[in-house]
Amino acid sequence: MTERYVLAVDQGTTSTRSIVFDRAGRLVAVRQREHRQHFPRPGWVEHDPEEIWANTQLTAAQALRDVAAAPGQVVALGIANQRETTVVWDRATGRPLVNALVWQDTRTGPLVEQLAARPDAVLVRERTGLELAGYFAGPRLRWVLDAVPGARARAERGELLFGTMESWLVWNLTGGTDGGVHVTDVTNASRTLLMDVRTCRWDPDLLDFFGVPAAMLPEIRPSVGVLGTARALPVPLPIAGALGDQQAALFGQTCFAPGEAKCTYGTGSFLLQNTGTDLVPSAHGLISTVAYQLAGEPVHYALEGSIAVTGALVQWLRDSLGLIGSAAEVETLARTVSDNGGCYIVPAFSGLLAPHWEGRARGLVAGLTSYVTKGHLARAVLEATGWQTRDVVRAMDADSGLPMEALRVDGGMTTNNLLMQFLADVLGSPVVRPMVGETVSLGAAYAAGLAVGVWSDTEALRRNWHRSAQWSPDAGRVAALDAAYPHWERAVQLSIAWGERP
Amino acid sequence: MPGTVQSIERAATLLHAIVESGGQMGVTELAAAVGLPKTTTHGLLRTLLSVGFVEQDPRTGRYTLGAGLLGLGSHYLDANELRSRASNWADSLAGRSGCAVRLGTPAGLQVVVVHHVFRPDDSPQELEVGSLLPAHATAVGKVLLAARPAMARSLTDAPIEALTPRTVVDPAALLAELQTVRTRGWAEQRGEYRLGTGGIAAPVHGPGGLVVGALGVSGPVDQLFTDTARRALQAMVVEAAAAVSRELAS
Repeated sequence: MTERYVLAVDQGTTSTRSIVFDRAGRLVAVRQREHRQHFPRPGWVEHDPEEIWANTQLTAAQALRDVAAAPGQVVALGIANQRETTVVWDRATGRPLVNALVWQDTRTGPLVEQLAARPDAVLVRERTGLELAGYFAGPRLRWVLDAVPGARARAERGELLFGTMESWLVWNLTGGTDGGVHVTDVTNASRTLLMDVRTCRWDPDLLDFFGVPAAMLPEIRPSVGVLGTARALPVPLPIAGALGDQQAALFGQTCFAPGEAKCTYGTGSFLLQNTGTDLVPSAHGLISTVAYQLAGEPVHYALEGSIAVTGALVQWLRDSLGLIGSAAEVETLARTVSDNGGCYIVPAFSGLLAPHWEGRARGLVAGLTSYVTKGHLARAVLEATGWQTRDVVRAMDADSGLPMEALRVDGGMTTNNLLMQFLADVLGSPVVRPMVGETVSLGAAYAAGLAVGVWSDTEALRRNWHRSAQWSPDAGRVAALDAAYPHWERAVQLSIAWGERP
Repeated sequence: MPGTVQSIERAATLLHAIVESGGQMGVTELAAAVGLPKTTTHGLLRTLLSVGFVEQDPRTGRYTLGAGLLGLGSHYLDANELRSRASNWADSLAGRSGCAVRLGTPAGLQVVVVHHVFRPDDSPQELEVGSLLPAHATAVGKVLLAARPAMARSLTDAPIEALTPRTVVDPAALLAELQTVRTRGWAEQRGEYRLGTGGIAAPVHGPGGLVVGALGVSGPVDQLFTDTARRALQAMVVEAAAAVSRELAS
């Protein structure tokens, strides 16, 4: 049987990567290109959508050339994208109206406070399963409609289109101004605050609440299924899968059964647990989101705990404090001591996300004494990732009641053995890393390949999953960390209190 | 193959010894560590000092690596950094070979496992990061010894430990094998550490060209060393180690 390949585009926050996978789920070619981060004002983060589109075309063409496959051997394209990043563009010219407002952008803070004060704000959590927070796309779209003169009127006339990043790429790939398809996948749509998470349709009441004209919204489609044909590549390919990046990682980790969970450790960290076809509303500060949908099948849901700052704290240790030369050296520094020396760091750089949702909380270092060295600080930096994961897992246990037998991990921080062992000890459960660390792109490839029959079903994908490492909890350490957990909880409360207006 | 220049080889060994000591050594310790007379060691250090490859603390008289080496881009490579840079390639090697993968760095006559990828069959396996392996009886160890001939010769100072009946304990045979490893660029062992388990490994070079680690696969001898498997594995291991070296250079 001749080999068949799937191309995945991972349109991330710092770069766009095109990766080709074979049927065994092995990585065959990778091309990557970074794009510029624009910071026009404090708290504002923007990307140029046209630069990202150019990088997508370029890296995809390069990766396709690298595999030098016979015509027809690369059979589908899947897309995973940075979530909640908001693009508004002109249907007639294809030009973005403004730069994309990135998910890290906090300009909608005051707008969200105004919206939250309205009596009908309770509608948002009921219908969307999400917090009314500036982290999601809807308030950003509203901001653009308010900020650009004439934008709302043009949007109402259908001249402007809205989309998250996958929507923008699919429209361009399928022809742009020449017949581009304006669609979004259901996982991305579930992050806008505009979709009813149960019916998976745009909700008229929510559109009213946010003041968004329906005419500019893309059609919501399943994550696994053909969205259109990419004509803007060297070879035409069916675009057969699209998922938000964290949902793609869940898919790539083959967490298809209720209770299965993964956490991706990057700049921030995102823990998603599959809750099956039932939406589990959170009473403990998590969000209920769409995990994935296969065409013609019911939607699968997930509970999600988003942590804003994990790897970013290591970067801070490196770039702002200069205590280490590279991110990996944090482990070397942390191993110069045997514990945290009583030191706790709460990295609430721009508030705390799950399970606290305290936008005004600010970071702190607690427990400083003259005994504390840079080694202890390095420990506290790594432990902050573990403690924050514990906060999220505890909320997840309380909400879903689904047992988490092991946590599947991926992302850059998983090469840190000290952190991975700490995670196993602080959670009291095994931590498992898969053989293919590129789970985001793999998930996009799996979605697309599944839609066109490269893989027969999700069981076939499970067979591709292999363990590359496992960390098991040590009973003594588990007990010691249980006893230390109240210190962390107290530090979190102090960071929230610090952010309150005096 | 033309003979090596002994004094350069010795100077390189001194530099390795300083790195492995954690950064600072006196002349007496250095002489003992590399097995040379103190006067010879002192002469070598004076030359290294003059070209800036070592520096001497004026208070203690102890030697550290010099700024001249940093200029070459071959400064001390953090083991955790090495793991993080090697991880994708090690995963891919395990995936393609079906074998467990280890990345080792030198620690005298032993090897520290700095990265370990499980054999991709989902059987129960223990993570071995941080454990020590004997250099003379493992493929990763032979690669590292081959890169440091003076260290390798110190093996002959004491009887070589036979870990299995297959361990090479004859010093002349072992040194000859290391010479082969150096020339062809990869090493193997067939049940010399644990009976029935073999390994194939290749060198990972740092930005300055020094061998900073060894990347290898291990598995049952009867599976690794059939003619076709051996050739395929050897190519995969060499390719993966070269990819990590390129990653370190970038």
